[in-house]
Amino acid sequence: MSSEQNAKYWKRNIRYLLSLLAVWFLVSYGCGILFAPQLNTIKIGGFPLGFWFAQQGSIYIFVLLIFLYVYLMNRLDKEFDVDEE
Amino acid sequence: MGVQTWTFIIVGFTFILYIGVAIWARAGSTKEFYVAGGGVSPLANGMATAADWMSAASYLSMAGLISFMGYAGSQYLMGWTGGYVLLALLLAPYLRKFGKFTVPDFIGERYYSRQARLVALICAIFVSFTYVVGQMKGVGVAFARFLEVPFSLGILIGIGIVFFYAVLGGMKGITYTQVAQYCVLIFAFTVPAIFISLQMVGNPIPQIGMGGTMADGTYLLDKLNALSTDLGFGAYTEMGMDNRVNVFFITAALMFGTAGLPHVIVRFFTVPKVKDARISAGYALFFIAILYTTAPAVASFARTNLIETVSEKPYNEMPEWFSKWESAELIKFEDKNNDGRIQYVADKDRNELSIDRDIMVLANPEIANLPAWVIALVIAGGLAAALSTAAGLLLVIATSISHDLLKNYLKPDISEKGELIAARIAIAVAVICAGLAGLNPPGFVAQVVALAFGLAASSFFPAIILGIFDKRMNKEGAISGMIVGILFTTAYIIYFKPQLGGPGTPEGYWFGISPEGIGTLGMFINLIVSLVVSRMTPAPPQEVQNLVEDIRIPRGSKAASSAH
Repeated sequence: MSSEQNAKYWKRNIRYLLSLLAVWFLVSYGCGILFAPQLNTIKIGGFPLGFWFAQQGSIYIFVLLIFLYVYLMNRLDKEFDVDEE
Repeated sequence: MGVQTWTFIIVGFTFILYIGVAIWARAGSTKEFYVAGGGVSPLANGMATAADWMSAASYLSMAGLISFMGYAGSQYLMGWTGGYVLLALLLAPYLRKFGKFTVPDFIGERYYSRQARLVALICAIFVSFTYVVGQMKGVGVAFARFLEVPFSLGILIGIGIVFFYAVLGGMKGITYTQVAQYCVLIFAFTVPAIFISLQMVGNPIPQIGMGGTMADGTYLLDKLNALSTDLGFGAYTEMGMDNRVNVFFITAALMFGTAGLPHVIVRFFTVPKVKDARISAGYALFFIAILYTTAPAVASFARTNLIETVSEKPYNEMPEWFSKWESAELIKFEDKNNDGRIQYVADKDRNELSIDRDIMVLANPEIANLPAWVIALVIAGGLAAALSTAAGLLLVIATSISHDLLKNYLKPDISEKGELIAARIAIAVAVICAGLAGLNPPGFVAQVVALAFGLAASSFFPAIILGIFDKRMNKEGAISGMIVGILFTTAYIIYFKPQLGGPGTPEGYWFGISPEGIGTLGMFINLIVSLVVSRMTPAPPQEVQNLVEDIRIPRGSKAASSAH
């Protein structure tokens, strides 16, 4: 593979990383800590929303983020023909 | 049958299981010993990683901590899970493609420097050793309390078991025993949680039950808030505004620390492909999340149960478990106003009850009147958690000595067979040292764990990230960054930890950041120093730049090997 293709592959990878990490930051530090007092005024069932993000929601989203990353990267590897046979 | 008989049966059965697995999966080569032959399936690796990661502290202490801290306890939940996102996205696939055995291997080669390798080596040993001593202590406590053997004998039994399967099986034996240990510990943690959730809110899923309604129609969390504020504690679901910055920094230090811990990183060397390294981080977090989302539910159930059972109730009507933990001196009652009732309130002068928060998970099944076998199961789970983590850590220490120090530093011409013998001797010595240190732990072991996370966050994490994502990063930058990061973090922690002899007081904290959270700042300092220094010194040699190009592309990965 040419180094130009490599650079393109890497750029796409970085773009995925930045978007996924933005979500990672938002659900934990954002919803779970910084905006928690505001979110706590909203209730879902018995859960104040900020509290739910801090003790439940952020963890579920972390798991989803990794599986989404795996899906995106496997697709990208195929597209650039750098997957492992 | 009583709790003790059940404990003997269940703990005995699990130990036979671990030993059987270890004999079946013993290691025959250094590659099997260090990275389990590089052929572990991602699913098995995910389970083993989860067992390796969840220590006696996660299993026994975390739910108790949250139950007493309320909202602020979330820092442990997010901190000890969010790091896996960083691992999966920023570290695991690239380190797997790099294809060597250890973290010092990576640091040493990427920064083409023996000094860098040595700094990494010392950090890896220090971080792992402080951790493992705590685990050994956990094993001793669990045995001592439940089999009613002396604490020292408890530790000796623990040493014996770990010795057997770690020395014999290396990473391969440890990995497959950890799979078994994961199953035991997760079963043992969720079963009582399901029972209690059914009892309190009539919902078999604790994660949902936590937001459910109790028999009287009020939401459990509302009830808990009302109970807490009535007694003068803060509302359970509200975060104190004054410690928001600190919670932020502690969460971050735990996340970046997790992603920099050598015993976690090394797990991703054991799978066959880059693709497998990515997905096995996902499986690992999934398996960890089962416990980490159950724990906060257990915490809120236990807290509600506890307050309802003891508050304003006559002392002589307390159930059996109360006096049992009282005799173990983990619950203390002092009738200050002589009314014969228990006043459990936030006000220190009027409060009559002190509870060791570590007992919450263990006492919870008894508080909820669950059958004896469930209580025995919880004990077996606690032992599985402590043993699996101890074994993983001991392997890192042994590998650091036989591979990084002996093979790559002192005696490069050592044969494969010689290295394997050295690795077995190193792990044997490490088990015994850790056991002895656990027998007679310096009072500050618990305090030093903060240091372990802080050091991992402020040394390894930036050095590895920059090594992958910044091609221009050179040895001058990385080494000065690591050294400044470590020195800053260590100095701050020692200065502000009275248990370590520091003179600092909480009033002096920078921006209100406690020592547990300072690793985050140390990490940023490391990043800045590395970047500035590297831009003022020569670029790394071409072959290192080619190496960086190579680890970014998945194709062409080979199983981990020691060839240089």
